[in-house]
Amino acid sequence: MTTVHDVEQKPAVTSLRSKDLLGIADMLPEEITLVLDTADAMKEIASRPIKKVPALRGKTVVNLFFEPSTRTRTSFEIAEKRLSADTLNIAIATSSVVKGETLADTALNLEAMRPDMIVLRHASSGACHLLSRICRSAIINAGDGTHEHPTQALLDAFTIREHKKRLRGLKVAIVGDLLHSRVLRSNIHLLTKMGAHVWVCGPPTLMPTDIRRFGVTPTSHVEDAVAGADVIMMLRIQLERMEGAYVPSLREYFSVFGMTEARVKLANPDVMIMHPGPMNRGVEIASEVADGPYSVILEQVANGVAVRMAVLYLLAGGADYEEAA
Amino acid sequence: MKRLLKGGRVVDPANGIDGVRDVLIDGDRIARIGTDLPVDGATVVEIPDGLVICPGLIDMHVHLREPGQEHKETIASGTAAAVAGGFTAVACMPNTNPVNDDANVTAYILAKAREANLARVYPIGAVSRSSKGELLADIGDLRKAGCVAITDDGHPVATAILLRRALEYAGMFDMPVIEHCEDPSLKGDGVAHEGYFAATLGLRGMPGACEALGVERGVLLSELTGSAFHVAHMSARASLRAVRKGKEAGVRITCEVAPHHFTLTDEMLATPLAYDTNTKMNPPLREAEDRDAMLAGIADGTVDAIATDHAPHHYDEKKVEFDRAPFGIIGLETAVSLAFDRLVHAGRVRLSRLIELMSVNPARILKVTGGTLSEGAPADITILAPDLKVRVEAAKLRSRSKNTPFDGWELRGGVAATIVGGRPLFTNPETRMSF
Amino acid sequence: MPDTKSAVVMDADRISRTLTRIAHEIVERNKGVEDLALVGVRTRGVHIARRLARTLREITRNDIPTGALDITLYRDDLMRYAVGPQPVVRRTEIPFSIDDKKILLVDDVLYTGRTTRAALDALIDFGRPKAIQLIVLVDRGHRELPIKADYVGKNLPTNPEESVRVRLQETDGQDEVVLQQEATV
Repeated sequence: MTTVHDVEQKPAVTSLRSKDLLGIADMLPEEITLVLDTADAMKEIASRPIKKVPALRGKTVVNLFFEPSTRTRTSFEIAEKRLSADTLNIAIATSSVVKGETLADTALNLEAMRPDMIVLRHASSGACHLLSRICRSAIINAGDGTHEHPTQALLDAFTIREHKKRLRGLKVAIVGDLLHSRVLRSNIHLLTKMGAHVWVCGPPTLMPTDIRRFGVTPTSHVEDAVAGADVIMMLRIQLERMEGAYVPSLREYFSVFGMTEARVKLANPDVMIMHPGPMNRGVEIASEVADGPYSVILEQVANGVAVRMAVLYLLAGGADYEEAA
Repeated sequence: MKRLLKGGRVVDPANGIDGVRDVLIDGDRIARIGTDLPVDGATVVEIPDGLVICPGLIDMHVHLREPGQEHKETIASGTAAAVAGGFTAVACMPNTNPVNDDANVTAYILAKAREANLARVYPIGAVSRSSKGELLADIGDLRKAGCVAITDDGHPVATAILLRRALEYAGMFDMPVIEHCEDPSLKGDGVAHEGYFAATLGLRGMPGACEALGVERGVLLSELTGSAFHVAHMSARASLRAVRKGKEAGVRITCEVAPHHFTLTDEMLATPLAYDTNTKMNPPLREAEDRDAMLAGIADGTVDAIATDHAPHHYDEKKVEFDRAPFGIIGLETAVSLAFDRLVHAGRVRLSRLIELMSVNPARILKVTGGTLSEGAPADITILAPDLKVRVEAAKLRSRSKNTPFDGWELRGGVAATIVGGRPLFTNPETRMSF
Repeated sequence: MPDTKSAVVMDADRISRTLTRIAHEIVERNKGVEDLALVGVRTRGVHIARRLARTLREITRNDIPTGALDITLYRDDLMRYAVGPQPVVRRTEIPFSIDDKKILLVDDVLYTGRTTRAALDALIDFGRPKAIQLIVLVDRGHRELPIKADYVGKNLPTNPEESVRVRLQETDGQDEVVLQQEATV
């Protein structure tokens, strides 16, 4: 006999306050819940024979990527197409040496073509804020400098919620290059807002100043961080960090902080291992752990599309372009 | 021509005067100060109630940008902004294009200043050629051409040995070395004060220790050489500590603080406008304890001068991502109001101390005339309006650039008039002063 | 404040008998329940569909596959007006193939026909049904599209100023259909 489940609770809010998604820092817990609930509905679309709904038909979304990214860009593109939006990918190859047109000018030129939404990834923290002040389009932050990567945190939260049915009260350990990580910042904001207990772990050289003020427990002992953890999130450690004298060597980093099977055993038996990707196998995470039974890394990728569909849908609605104000 | 400024409150700390006096100006000099002076053919200027006559204010740290960056500011627009801000004289920094590292550039600057004929301009020359930190500039020539001090401002003198030599050499001419104190390796590619707000916003930080390291170096070398060392734009409490210890040990060290460093904190990076590039300067806005330390140092006498570090940048240059924007904000036209509002009216310093900070001490440090209303002195006079309600409107400022974080601020205290060499160059229509 | 006058046009008993009647009509018209599946339009259509499935099981001893369809993303008024928040999207759950089935689409009220149009578009994206029949508890007229219900609980002539509210035990605590008069301001 087939049964039908329906979830009848009405969400506390039915829309997002801001025209943009610039970061988790400005979101209310109710808004985060709305995004996750909407993503839940969107996820089902991926299992249909026709993976498309007409919700954003006729809307133009520009993926403006100043930093190369296959994963995030593809995820956004699929999300946009599944909502029937017209997508435009602009990949701007820049290096700090090549100056070229300013972001402000690029934005103004784009504005003239009236995109409904711009998904921006940029190497400078605050680039999305700048764009949001210049453009009337809705701006979605796909990663700005070391500031935030809100859709990543949302898809991480969605993945956790699917497994654990909640976020409140969970112990989440985040390990890695905390100083340079925008994923870290977004996750800290989100998890603390939703009532999780966040531990952050890394060498002091890679710890942001005043980290306690973010409402997390910092430690340089990875064993303490993962003890009893419900979720372990690994962050990428980059080769360049050796050059900045942040860590003596990647080999040493792995020995002190790397997520090995032995360390995973200190966590809860049903721990989730997460990583935003791309992974450095053997640096922050052992291959056995990345491919092991606790890893939900591939689910994160799948959930990314649903979460981004939810964000696009929630931001695209309402005000007509002309009347935005 | 003779002018008699009648019935105003005169505050001249150098001469111990604080009371109602008449001031007689004859030509470009102060002829007499006294009570009930006879008119004797002078044009009488009645000073309205509530105004204060003091020695002309001197801003010892200003970037006039000419030669080379006239799109940001020119000597003409900069000196116009200066007199509107109550300053009768400014000392201008050498990081122009070309750098003021030789007598020709100095002469050019002085010629432009004469042409503008507004605030006096005292050029500060470079320590090293092109400020590259390799070879000393021709300091003697610079001195002869009219420079009053040397600095490689924009960055610290490249090495301790070069700073030592500069101190020794400039000491010969009794010129102070002014230093942008900083350790470049600690600074790295930082763009904001290393603290909670920079961490939240994902901005690379530079800690207060970075500036303090430079101050400590300067104190030690000043002690070693016996020459005068001046800390430019001090912002960190650790720097203040180092200055205090140096002074206690009798080292010839002086320091200045800019109004934004005694008013603002790094919280402004995030609110009201996140990533506002008008909150980006070097040294950066620091945390509340540093700001409070600056206030304490101003009150207890450790801080010698208030100087604006007026750094104009064109609108287009600031309308970029935070980490790509140039450092600096303007300050000439907001300094007096901020000083009144945050120091005098807040009860932290008395008016006479303010005048020491903005006139007496800058004149003393740079060894230029000014800072007093003595008879026979040049008639460089600022008439202040301590209770004037001022609303900062960036668009109306006389500086060519409008990069200020204070737009829209309402402050109490302003300038009524600015007189340079006996000529009234600025009169504020809101104070009913007229010449 | 607009004055609302309301009248109960169907009570719990009437609703129950109506749904029973519809269930029998379904069996009669389709000559049995082979290849039938029920899809309720969220939210109240889903509960009505479930009740019909229960009644059909009692009558025929057969289980009819039942699903829930959220048509929000197919609405033609999405993103069109500057009226603020987007309607909330809920999960669609159709855990069976609709290919070659006769789909009984169930909704509470048939009015302009636009919801049904959206539901048809959504269903087509799920597969190719053999046929789609529309079941509504109330048909209040004023169609804006050429849509017709195959099974109607009650025909209720209305004015545009009036609104029809269907309340169900599962969502609202009681069963009734209410016609509300809104006085024009």
